[in-house]
Amino acid sequence: MSETELTSLQSELLTAIEAASDGAALEALRVEALGKKGKLTEMMKTLGKLDPDARKAMGAALNAAKDAVSVAIEAKQKVLAAAALSERLEKERIDVTLSPRPMGEGRIHPITQTTDEIVTIFAAMGFATAKGPDIDTDWNSFTALNMPANHPARQMQDSFYMPDVSDGLSSTEKRVLRPHTSSVQIRTMMGQKPPIRIIAPGRTFRCDYDMTHTPMFHQFEGLVIDEKTNMGHLKGCLLDFLRAFFGIDDLPLRFRPSYFPFTEPSAEVDIGCSRKGGELKLGNYGDWLEIGGCGMVNSNVLRNCGIDPDVYQGFAFGTGIERLAMLKYGIPDLRTFFEADMRWLKHYGFVPLDIPNPAMAG
Amino acid sequence: MKFTLSWLKDHLDTDATLEVLSEKLTAIGLEVEGLEDRASALAPFKVARIITAEKHPDADRLKVCTVDTGSETIQVVCGAPNARAGLRTVLARPNDVIPSTGEALKLGKIRGMESQGMMCSGAELCLDTDAAGIMELPDDAPIGAKLVDVMDVADPVIEINLTPNRADCAGVRGIARDLAAAGLGTLRPMKISVPEGTEKCGVAVSLDFPEEQKHHCPLFVGRTIRNIKNGPSPAWLQTRLRAIGLRPISALVDITNYITFDCGRPLHVFDSAKIKGGLWVRPAKGGETFRALNDKDYTLEAGMTAIGDETGFLSLAGLVGGETSGCEVETKDVFIESAYFDPSRTAQTGRALGVTSDARYRFERGVDPAFVQDGADLAAQMILDLCGTSETVVSERLVVGAVPSVVKTVAYNPAKMASFIGVDVAADEQEAILAKLGFAVEKKSANAWTITPPSWRGDVEGAPDITEEIIRIKGFEHIPATSMPREDVMTPCALDLLDRRAGQAKRAFAAQGLMEAVTWSFMSSSVAQAFEPVKDELRLLNPISADLDVMRSSIVGNLVQAARRNADRGFGDVALFEVGPTYRNQTPEGQVLVATALRAGQTPRHWAEKARAVDAYDAKADALAALAAAGAPMASIQIGAGDVPAWYHPGRSGSLRLGPVLLGYFGELHPAVLQACDAQGPMVACELYLAAIPAPRKSGTARPLLKLEALQPVSRDFAFLLDQNVEADKMIAAIKKADKALIREVAIFDVYTGKGVADGKKSVALSVTMQPTDHTLTDAELEGLTAKIAGAVEKATGGVLRG
Repeated sequence: MSETELTSLQSELLTAIEAASDGAALEALRVEALGKKGKLTEMMKTLGKLDPDARKAMGAALNAAKDAVSVAIEAKQKVLAAAALSERLEKERIDVTLSPRPMGEGRIHPITQTTDEIVTIFAAMGFATAKGPDIDTDWNSFTALNMPANHPARQMQDSFYMPDVSDGLSSTEKRVLRPHTSSVQIRTMMGQKPPIRIIAPGRTFRCDYDMTHTPMFHQFEGLVIDEKTNMGHLKGCLLDFLRAFFGIDDLPLRFRPSYFPFTEPSAEVDIGCSRKGGELKLGNYGDWLEIGGCGMVNSNVLRNCGIDPDVYQGFAFGTGIERLAMLKYGIPDLRTFFEADMRWLKHYGFVPLDIPNPAMAG
Repeated sequence: MKFTLSWLKDHLDTDATLEVLSEKLTAIGLEVEGLEDRASALAPFKVARIITAEKHPDADRLKVCTVDTGSETIQVVCGAPNARAGLRTVLARPNDVIPSTGEALKLGKIRGMESQGMMCSGAELCLDTDAAGIMELPDDAPIGAKLVDVMDVADPVIEINLTPNRADCAGVRGIARDLAAAGLGTLRPMKISVPEGTEKCGVAVSLDFPEEQKHHCPLFVGRTIRNIKNGPSPAWLQTRLRAIGLRPISALVDITNYITFDCGRPLHVFDSAKIKGGLWVRPAKGGETFRALNDKDYTLEAGMTAIGDETGFLSLAGLVGGETSGCEVETKDVFIESAYFDPSRTAQTGRALGVTSDARYRFERGVDPAFVQDGADLAAQMILDLCGTSETVVSERLVVGAVPSVVKTVAYNPAKMASFIGVDVAADEQEAILAKLGFAVEKKSANAWTITPPSWRGDVEGAPDITEEIIRIKGFEHIPATSMPREDVMTPCALDLLDRRAGQAKRAFAAQGLMEAVTWSFMSSSVAQAFEPVKDELRLLNPISADLDVMRSSIVGNLVQAARRNADRGFGDVALFEVGPTYRNQTPEGQVLVATALRAGQTPRHWAEKARAVDAYDAKADALAALAAAGAPMASIQIGAGDVPAWYHPGRSGSLRLGPVLLGYFGELHPAVLQACDAQGPMVACELYLAAIPAPRKSGTARPLLKLEALQPVSRDFAFLLDQNVEADKMIAAIKKADKALIREVAIFDVYTGKGVADGKKSVALSVTMQPTDHTLTDAELEGLTAKIAGAVEKATGGVLRG
């Protein structure tokens, strides 16, 4: 064996390696060259028969040839692997325009979302949430709220009445479906000493069903009782709330004198709007839109709840949750809120992770 | 409450424009609901005269008229039966906007004949309700003149939304007084020239009330007037009444209506010839019947205040007069009644009998007791003026009873304006406002005033009312907007545990793909009945409709109905939830918050997943997701198969319990219930009682320390052959118990029945995950564990390990 033979074998092997078309062919070449009985391995075995000088020279040459072949095989392996991978990837192509596996698309109702928004804003102003039952006593719903027995709001056509149950209730404990959340004011004041700062969202019921009325709707009530809260705080509280709720920094607010049996003085609350071109837009545009009622809690109401009106004073307000939702989110028809139409819920509803958070407002 | 601008100006001397007056009315609490400026609406219309009126050649009911407009002669086709030659009427020309329709008149041909205008009815011009024919103007109406110059229709009509506390503004005079106090002019003095009586009142009156009901009619003033001539009232009076929507009837009736609106003082005028013996006023015994002037019959209830004579009932006090004693055109002798009737009693009677009248409106709010006598005098004077003859004789006043006191003196501290309203109003200014409103102020010291309201302000009860009067007149715009001071730097948690759970359950349901619905708290008793018997105490006394006549005891029925409505619209695949109240009885404790979800129809058809009908496991997944979100201890929940109310499929439903505590139900709805609701199945639902979830222990917020094992967990698969009715839970519990320390998780990955498995048997394959803690498990240990697991399953369920 000569170095010439070695050179020609090496170049032969390198050519074959370069030409190998797949991993199997390359492996065969590796065995042919470097395997136990491979050509280069066999040549290594003959080194012992050479004289020391020739062995040294030939050994170096052989090792160099082995390395060259190994490197070539490795390099070719990488090339083949890359080619195989791209071929596989090409075969694995999918139609990415197909729809993914269906996940339900749930929604939160605008009433829940709006209520959560209201609660969040008032919580930031230090209001806790209070609640009371939908079926409440006549006393909590009317009498304690300074609505004398013959007040028009107590008439059958306004409120829903429940049958008398023979459990020994006196006439003032007859039950009605609360026509306003104001009954929660009474329950709160009966159960808690001032200072009081609560809002009470909830279902309310009136015997009315037309374009703009539904027999059930939602209100929220606010109540503050302490020793110093005055009607200016009422205006400021509502202004701060309404500006935060609608996200309109210069939303104007107007109080108009009115009458409610449970407040004195009483006011209707208007916010600024424009009705140009038949389109309602909130903001400082000169026109006004009624949004709720409010006032200083009537001293008779305080007295009815065992609170001394010479020491304590405060305000109450109430407004419709659907009305706020309709104005904020442009929902045209009150009645649709209660129809559970999947199309409506998907369109006007909110994704579940859209949780009102004062840190993310605006 | 309606009135006209000129009427207001009879009482108020002012230069303020209609716009300024209107804004001020709203600003002082007399909210303007409507402004009818008829002068501008009627400006285009002119007087015209029909010269000829011939039948239309092609239409029997139409006439072709030639009409003199004052400047030309035109042709107008008209369908009115009263269109006739010589009639002076109102003509609209093309492009004039007709008030009743709001549309401009178009020039056109009617049945082939050209019509160059339209002759108008009172209804078309919104002047009255007469649509039967065109208006008939007096023969001296100048042709070509503007209608507004011929008829007194230029006077704008103002309507205010009167709050129930302001009885004093149920008359124009009270409104004028308020405006004067607010600085818009001065109140003109009221001129009541009291006619001197020349004979005794011809009708005796007795007030027959037991002591405790004397306040129902404490004062009755009467006068008789003889030899009058009733007839139509003068044009100015008719015009005013028409403007506010009242129909003129006769001078006598019109006078009482006029004073009702002018001074808020309802009156009644009897034909005294029809009164037999004297009049009595007393509480009804109950059961008496009475025919009112409005041609309706009423049966009185005991205690209602009635007026009558020896023949029986003549009038329902404060509400409506009777047919038998009413005035007619021929009436010659009258008796004027001006009385004070108790507001509460009047309201109660009016409501019980369903009588609404201008008199009730005022009496139930409280008329001015000091004006009772003035009312009688005013009426007497007007009757003398409008119906008097040379032989008319007016009687002296008959006064029975005494003027009741309805006002309360109020202790008031002027510093209250700053502390209660938040506006610093000088004491002088406060006093001046009160004085203009008729309140008498007596100052005991700078901070102790005693205030006596005027007789017409029976609604004023205490210091807050006084502050309201002052700030109302000063202007609510002076109330500053003061932000709420912070009581604490941080707000305490605003929602209680149940509210938080409700919110979490809602968002978990929505994340499961369900849409949140809000449905009525009521439902139809027929649907409710399909679920469970309806309790009588939950039936509304006055439901809005038969569909909504009971309080719901479960939300499922409402969601089934909603699903059905969606299916009717072509959307049968429904996923809805509602977290809301249900009602077990009328008490607060009977109101139970239930998180309810319902699915109907199919899962979506999709290229990667086969569509399938919704099933009980969907409902179970919804239930578990919501319970987990609401903080239930999930590892401890037990499923009770078939432990459900009757509206579930008994074999495809279960309860969710924590020991004895019921958390809720899930499963397929009973086909019979769906059929009763006329709904297509299958539908599945879950109901969760969020309040039943135990409150978290108050052991701080820290979680138990996480223990991470250094050794890898080992999984082994098993397959058991069991009886078909063995519950998976039972097998899993048995396996877990086989070695509590090692076995961490048991998951069933296949349940098979069919070929290769005997009838009545099933093959269940499961994977058991074991977590070694101190050494790697040896083969021998694993063998031992396998035997233990097989033994435990066999003992608990009779199942055998498949080879």
